[in-house]
Amino acid sequence: MPKSRRPGEVQVTIDSERVLLTQDDIRRAITRISHEILEQNRASRDLVLVGLHSRGVHLAPRIADSIERIEGFRPVVGSLDARLWRDDPDVASRQPLLPSDIPNGVDGKPVVIVDDVLYTGRTIRAAMEALLDFGRASRIQLAVLVDRGHRELPIRPDFIGKNIPTAHGERVQVRITEIDGDDAVVLGREN
Amino acid sequence: MTNPTTAVGNENGGVAESTPIAPSGEVEQVVVPRHHLLDLDDLAPAEITDLLDSAVSMLEIAGRDIRKTPALRGKTIITMFFENSTRTRVSFEQAGKILGADVINVTASASSVSKGESLLNTVKTLQAMHIDALVVRHPHSGAPYFISNHTDASVINAGDGTHAHPTQSLLDLFTVRNHLGDIAGKKITIVGDVLYSRVARSNIIAFQKMGAEVVVSCPNTLLPDEWQIGSTLGEETGFGGLKLARNVDEAVDGADVVMALRIQQERQDAGHLPSLREYSERWGINATRMALANDGALLMHPGPMNEGVEISSEVAHGAQSVVEEQVRNGVAVRMAVLYTLCAPGKSIRATNGDEV
Repeated sequence: MPKSRRPGEVQVTIDSERVLLTQDDIRRAITRISHEILEQNRASRDLVLVGLHSRGVHLAPRIADSIERIEGFRPVVGSLDARLWRDDPDVASRQPLLPSDIPNGVDGKPVVIVDDVLYTGRTIRAAMEALLDFGRASRIQLAVLVDRGHRELPIRPDFIGKNIPTAHGERVQVRITEIDGDDAVVLGREN
Repeated sequence: MTNPTTAVGNENGGVAESTPIAPSGEVEQVVVPRHHLLDLDDLAPAEITDLLDSAVSMLEIAGRDIRKTPALRGKTIITMFFENSTRTRVSFEQAGKILGADVINVTASASSVSKGESLLNTVKTLQAMHIDALVVRHPHSGAPYFISNHTDASVINAGDGTHAHPTQSLLDLFTVRNHLGDIAGKKITIVGDVLYSRVARSNIIAFQKMGAEVVVSCPNTLLPDEWQIGSTLGEETGFGGLKLARNVDEAVDGADVVMALRIQQERQDAGHLPSLREYSERWGINATRMALANDGALLMHPGPMNEGVEISSEVAHGAQSVVEEQVRNGVAVRMAVLYTLCAPGKSIRATNGDEV
């Protein structure tokens, strides 16, 4: 059950839910994504992983840990709250902004944006714009745990945990232990 | 809440959509987002904490090489200053510009106000130009409340008469929190003009609201008549728990924060002070007095400083002084205020963790 839901966070009543990824599935997906990131970036020691608030911030260090186990070095991990760059502040709630921090910046480095669910692509557009203000990355890539489709912008992920075709009325919920108390990806249908 | 100073107009004028807080501050619920920032007395502690939390991110953005975000792109903010100001006006202007808004400055002396246009007509004129926020400084207490009743724009009080200066208090809270962590339980000593200072009034309210112990020290002539030096105020005053120290040394003793306020020349002219020199000797903050405060205590001043009067040059620029930091934090805090009030879209907030 949710441990610390942020005040104001949308709580949707779900009348049915189906577990799509278990804790082990998530672990395996992160391990595979880590291999792919290393392969695509030729194990660059400059690699920077930037997690998006709120759940991406917890996924990025897991990928970093996994990369360290595989390759013996840990990429720099940063965090980003891109709400100030969004074009739809109606959706961006007025919760307090969360800290953005990318140690040592991104100039000339390959950056992987890490988020939980890729949906319309608007968050990622905002994140890319926010990232450009940090400096000129040599390359920006995108890793997501779930791609649920319904893109409204020409944005595609480079690394995907699982493709989950969904309907608009459905809700994909990624649960992360640090926030929600357990690890799971759940598909629910809204009332 | 009664004020030692006079506030013209309705206490809650213009902020009817916000729910007044319970005095205990335990269960606050703000049902509709705030539209104006006129005073801190009707802000719940959780709302203040939200603003300070957002200011942390804003400070990071304000310190970048590229200080620009599109958050308030296409919004127009007008700063309307009927009193002179450097730091507050520039800081609001910079805050608005970093957030991507267009900021237009109106000063009374260079506007039609100098031709005799009334405040109401000035506001109506600006309103006709579809502005989103109006930052107001006015020599008359309550003027921002009056303005908020005659415009759709968000009104932000940048200092009204002797009444309130909410963004100054927010930046003071932010500065103290950055250095000392939690504000609750800290001893905050305010030395200076309590009767007329809007900074004193707003800071007493703000720091008490966040759980600090507030002590003031000043000449008897700069206290409201019914307040007795050496006493602790009761709840009926609206400043329950405020301690009125017998002398400045007692006030500074064991303080975590010492805040010196500017002594305005007008006060001396009005006979409130015997002489600036006597004030300096009896209430001025110098190294000897600062030594009575806790180790690591902060020295604050809202500026502009009269060095050698309420604060000695030695401590004003010493290791404990955070005066310049206050100015830097002012931009971040005002960014948080402008963003919270002016960003399009309304989210609904409850502090008990549930969606309303």
